[in-house]
Amino acid sequence: MFKKALFSTMLAGALLASPVASFAATEIQFWHAFTGRLGELVAEQVKTFNASQSDYTVAASHKGNYSETLNAGIAAFRAREQPHILMVFEVGTATMMAAKGAVNPVYEVMANAGARFDPDAYIGTVKGYYTTTDGKMLSLPFNSSTPVLWVNRDALKAAGIDPDSDLSTWQKVGAVLDKLKASGSKCPLTTAWQSWIHLENFSAYHNIPFATKDNGFKGVDTELAFNGPVQVKHIQTMGDWAKQGKFFYAGRRNEGGANFRSGECALFTESSAGYAGIKAEAKFDFGVRPLPYWDGVQGAPQNTIIGGASLWVMSGHKPDEYKAVAAFLNFLSSTDIQAKWHQDTGYLPITVAAGEKTRADGFYQKNPGTDIAVIQMTTRQPTANSKGLRLGSFDQIRGIIDEELEAVWSGDKDAQTALNSAAERGNKLLRRFEQANR
Amino acid sequence: MEKLVTFKGWLLPLALVFPQIVISAVFFFYPAGQAVWQSLFIPDPFGLSTKFVGLGNFEFLLTDEFYRASFLTSAVFSLLVTLVSMVPALFLAVMADRLIKGAGVYRTLLIWPYAVAPAVAGVLWLFMFNTRVGVVSWYLGQLGYDWNHVLNEAEAMGLVVVASGWGRVSYNFLFFFAALQAVPRSVIEAAAIDGASFWRRFFTIVLPLLSPTTFFLLVVNIVYAFFETFGVIHTITGGGPQQATTILVYKVFADGFVGQDLGSSAAQSVILLLLVGALTVVQFKFVEKRVHY
Repeated sequence: MFKKALFSTMLAGALLASPVASFAATEIQFWHAFTGRLGELVAEQVKTFNASQSDYTVAASHKGNYSETLNAGIAAFRAREQPHILMVFEVGTATMMAAKGAVNPVYEVMANAGARFDPDAYIGTVKGYYTTTDGKMLSLPFNSSTPVLWVNRDALKAAGIDPDSDLSTWQKVGAVLDKLKASGSKCPLTTAWQSWIHLENFSAYHNIPFATKDNGFKGVDTELAFNGPVQVKHIQTMGDWAKQGKFFYAGRRNEGGANFRSGECALFTESSAGYAGIKAEAKFDFGVRPLPYWDGVQGAPQNTIIGGASLWVMSGHKPDEYKAVAAFLNFLSSTDIQAKWHQDTGYLPITVAAGEKTRADGFYQKNPGTDIAVIQMTTRQPTANSKGLRLGSFDQIRGIIDEELEAVWSGDKDAQTALNSAAERGNKLLRRFEQANR
Repeated sequence: MEKLVTFKGWLLPLALVFPQIVISAVFFFYPAGQAVWQSLFIPDPFGLSTKFVGLGNFEFLLTDEFYRASFLTSAVFSLLVTLVSMVPALFLAVMADRLIKGAGVYRTLLIWPYAVAPAVAGVLWLFMFNTRVGVVSWYLGQLGYDWNHVLNEAEAMGLVVVASGWGRVSYNFLFFFAALQAVPRSVIEAAAIDGASFWRRFFTIVLPLLSPTTFFLLVVNIVYAFFETFGVIHTITGGGPQQATTILVYKVFADGFVGQDLGSSAAQSVILLLLVGALTVVQFKFVEKRVHY
């Protein structure tokens, strides 16, 4: 009996270990942008998928950071060597949508493969970013996060501030910054991804447009509109805080994360996906709060929008390979895989079911604050201003915004001048994109 | 009577220069021609459709005040990099030339930095001047100077200049050192007997004799600063703060490979091609007149 059991276990093991050898499996290429812990987690997902069935094999490769991965995909397409699945960050969404002959929309891939696919299973604010105005999902959301406020509770205590005090509005945050500064803090507040958090999400959260034509969803003839009075007031306040030493600018990307994790900074606006790093490195008591809003702005707080990447299916492959793609995408959206991904990384669960499973598992109770990003995204129905952004040349526009914001932080320009200039410069790029994609 | 070696017939000389012509054609003329061609279009990134715009890309660029500003940034940057890499190199070469013992060791050590790739050099300097953990910025802080190249434009420029020039000091040192060895001893000894001091000998005899080398290095270093420094800028400042360190070649890279705007990127490389071509002609026409071979 024992021998028989041992034998069958070994057989099963052998089968699992060598699916390629035993069957002519269809292989598909998956290019992604993850390294470190995230890279390991992606590799694990792929391994689980390959072991779970024998018809298809996914070969995943890392192609550099987000920009580099997109470039690798584009260069490969030009050389007709494109992968089946390409990870593209949210900023590249408009570029991919405009490339009609280069991508196969996800809803089509799923329908052609006869795969089970329900777009409504995905969280509205996540789905909306990658869906056309008539409800067709073009790419599969993969990793999505949203900005939150990270708090160094020990730093607040040291400054004589109740670490549980209300930080829901910028007015209240301002008062706390005064106290932190008065108690000698060198870095009361810092931020990562300034454009994403303090302009893009800021606009959605206050239900005001970032760009016309529903933030570009309704057409490529959109114009930037982030130089309105509410945004100007916020950036001006941040600029004043910078001058008074209450806001410390560390860099255009997430350089500020190092300052926060080492305990220098008390407050930090950063993606919810900063969780893994902060949890691993912070030697102090930290907390998560919803992103603050300005009290008195009508419609605030609306919902925040996402950052992160989605998976695009490239055109030009064989039909049975697309079946493999459909199977893999379905696997990635399955509840267990998504729930695990959400809990491991701090990225949002992209399906409603994965969020519910995580709650049922008791994860939010054991890790207080990890559900704040989900709540922030889902309590209100998204409006035309908070569905997302769809702007061509957006990576470059972000660069322009970075430059102009730096002029505000250094005191060279006031907020209105800087934002006007950023909008004017960005509009020129939008017109070029329109010209190329009409 | 000059002695000339000439070939009989055409076939052999043609066959001998043929490989060089092929290499130039494949690796220089073909890509340059493509860039000129592409600069007349606005293509979509995937190459699915292109739209002919004539000189539209050039018009778009030259009416952009930020693009025009980056000409000045490039000029300042190149000039500073050339100075920072040539003056210390000359000084070190003169010192090494006077050494009697251990010159070999000294020379070898000075050549090392040249082996460091620009992007790696960028990371090294970035670490030293990192506003949070940098050794140098910490010492500056102790002295009461608040170093912050993330927001201070002059400091950012200084940092990328030093990081770009540092590795080149070795390269320039090699050439200066070799040239110094070739300066005839008899001339210097004669001057010394006449009572000329070391520095007087240096400025009136050695420096003029070094002028062909100096001129060669000037051209090479300016070309280096224009084209090969983008790795340093990419790792240290990303062109910022604001546009303080956005030099022309960095913008070619950023617009083409980050912004996927291949039309504008191609037009920029054509402008750069013309600019450096013109610069080299000017150098050979005017500066070279003052060079004594």
